[in-house]
Amino acid sequence: MSLPLSIQSVTAHYGTTKVLEDLSLDIRDGELVSLLGASGCGKTTTLRLVAGFLEPTSGTIRLGDKDLTRLPAHARNIGLVFQNYALFPHLSVRENVGFGLKQRGVASADRNRKATQMLERVGLAHLADRLPAALSGGQKQRVALARALVIEPPLLMFDEPLSNLDAKLRVDMRVEIRQLQRANGTTSVYVTHDQEEAFSISDRVAIMSEGRIMQLDTPETLYQRPANAFVARFVGFENLISMQVETREGGSVVARTADGAKLKLSAQRFGEIPDSFVLATRPDGLLVTSDPSTGGIPATLGLRTYLGRAYQYQCETGAGHLVANGPLSSPLSIGEKAWLVPVIDQCAILAPE
Amino acid sequence: MTTRVNPFLIAFAALVYLFLLGPLIIIFGASVSDTSYLTFPPQGFTLHWFENIWNISAFRRTIVTSLQIAFLATGLALIIGIPAAYALNRYRIQLPGWLSTLFILPILVPEIVLGFSLLRSINVGAGFPIFMTLLIGHTLLVLPYVVRVISAALSSFDFSIEEAAISLGSPPLKTFFTIVLPNVRAGVIAAFILAFITSINDVSVSLFLTGPGISTLPIQILAHVEQFFDPTIASVSVLLMVLTVIVMAIVERTLGLTIVAK
Repeated sequence: MSLPLSIQSVTAHYGTTKVLEDLSLDIRDGELVSLLGASGCGKTTTLRLVAGFLEPTSGTIRLGDKDLTRLPAHARNIGLVFQNYALFPHLSVRENVGFGLKQRGVASADRNRKATQMLERVGLAHLADRLPAALSGGQKQRVALARALVIEPPLLMFDEPLSNLDAKLRVDMRVEIRQLQRANGTTSVYVTHDQEEAFSISDRVAIMSEGRIMQLDTPETLYQRPANAFVARFVGFENLISMQVETREGGSVVARTADGAKLKLSAQRFGEIPDSFVLATRPDGLLVTSDPSTGGIPATLGLRTYLGRAYQYQCETGAGHLVANGPLSSPLSIGEKAWLVPVIDQCAILAPE
Repeated sequence: MTTRVNPFLIAFAALVYLFLLGPLIIIFGASVSDTSYLTFPPQGFTLHWFENIWNISAFRRTIVTSLQIAFLATGLALIIGIPAAYALNRYRIQLPGWLSTLFILPILVPEIVLGFSLLRSINVGAGFPIFMTLLIGHTLLVLPYVVRVISAALSSFDFSIEEAAISLGSPPLKTFFTIVLPNVRAGVIAAFILAFITSINDVSVSLFLTGPGISTLPIQILAHVEQFFDPTIASVSVLLMVLTVIVMAIVERTLGLTIVAK
C-alpha cells in the first residue's frame, strides 16, 4: 500500500534562520523522487519535516488523505534509511529488523518469520543472529533497508544512504535500492548531494538551493533542458552566453553575441525563443577551432588541460570567461587566437537572468 | 630482542608505589596490632579492633547513615543527572555552551564553601532536618560526576539511532528506555559507582551538615580520632578501603576501569 506525498507551501525555521521558503512538492504514488543539492540547501530539512523530527512554521504535509503536519513522528508510519545506518547496537540483526513489527504488536514467532524473510530478500539471512558491529558497511545498510521495508510503510525515505560506502559498493547498492523500491512500488523520497546517484535511480529529481526547489523534472529533462541558470550550472552547463535575436525567418532565428558572433537556431529544437536569451553549453558542446570561417565566438586561449577524450581550454572572450573543448588531433597553445563554435544540439536556452 | 629498561626508571616507579601504598600498608598493620594505641609495625595479632567497630554504637549508626545517604544521594543524582546529561547532549547545538558548565560548578567550588553555603541556606535558612540537609548536600556533591560520566557516554551515542526507533513506531519516552539507556548502560554504572564512592568518602560537605544524633562514617572517624588513639580507627579505615577495592574490582571485571577514568 503506497500513497502519494503532498507538501504544500511549507516554510521552516531553525531558530530565526529561515531554512525552507514556501516549498511545495507532490510525489506520485509509487514514484521515487530525489532531493538533490549542496549541503544547506534544505533537502535534509524537508526529509526531517516529513519524518516528523521538525515542525514547519507554516504549510501542510499530507500522505494519502492523512494530514501529517502535527502528527508525532512515531505515529507517521514512514520507513527511514539513515546515512550512518542507525542500527540498534545492542540488538541482533533479526531483532533490528523486527523492531518496527514489535512496536506494531506483531507476535514474536510471526515477527521472526517476517524479519527472516526480509533478510533473505536483502541476502543477509545467514547473519540474522549477529550484532550490527560484526557487519560491513554494505551489510549494515542492507539491514537498515530491510528494517525500514519490513513495516510495509506507505512512504520510504532515504537520507544520503550511500555516502558512507566506497564507490564500487555505492553503485551496486543504488541498483539494489532501486530494484527493491520498484518491486514493492513504495513511494520514496531520496536525499543526496550526488548528482549521478540522484539521476540514475530517480523517476524525478528536485534540484534544491537555499530552501527552494529550483526545478523538479525527470533526469533527462533536467540534463538537457534546465529551466534556469542555477540548474544549468548544476548539471554542467558551464558556459552561459547572453544573446540577442537579430532576425527571425520562418522556423529559425539568427542571434548574435555581444561581440558579434552569429548563430542560427531552429525553433523546432528550442520552441519559442525570446528576443533576448542566454545560450547555455557544456564544455563538450563548445568546440575550439583555429578556423575563423566557422563564424564562432572569437577567443584568446588560456590554460589547456588534458581530459583523455579531448583538450579543455580556458578561454577569454567578449562574452566573458568560457570553457571549451578542442580535438586531440590539433592542440593549441596559450595565447593563441581561436573561435568557439556552439554545438546547437547540445545547447539549452534560458531566460536572461 | 629485549628492551633495556633504565634502572633509574625502575627505582623511580618503585618509589612512587612505595609512597602510594606505604600508608595503606601501615594502616593495615596497625589495625591488627594487639596494643591499645596505634602503632606500626604491629605488635601481636588480633581482630579485636574490627569487632570493636560494632561495639561502638556511634560507628554502627554512622555506617548505616553513610550507606543510606550514599544510596539515596546517588539515586537522586542519577534521576536528575541522566535526563540532564541527555538534554545537554541531545540539544547541544540549540543550548548555550555555559549550560553544561553549570553542572560542573559544584566541583569547581571548594567543597568546604559548598558545605558552608548549604548549611546557611538549607539547614539554618530553610530549616530542613539534618538528614534531609545531608541528602541534598550529597546529591549536589555527586551530581556533577553523574552528569559528566553520562555525558561522556552519550557523546559517543548516535542520536539518529533514537530517531530510527521513533520512525519505526516507538514513542520517545519508551525509546529512551529501550534504545538510549541500554546503549549508555556502562556509563550509568560507572556514574553510580563514582557517585557512591564520592558520597561514602566525603568529609568537607558532611562536616557542616551533620548535627546532633546524625553523622556519617568519615565524620565519626574524625570525632573518634580527636578523643581516642586506639587501632579501631585503623580497622574502620581498612573496612572503607576493602569496600572501595571490592567495588572497583567488580567494575574492572565487568566493564573495565577505563570507564571511570573517562
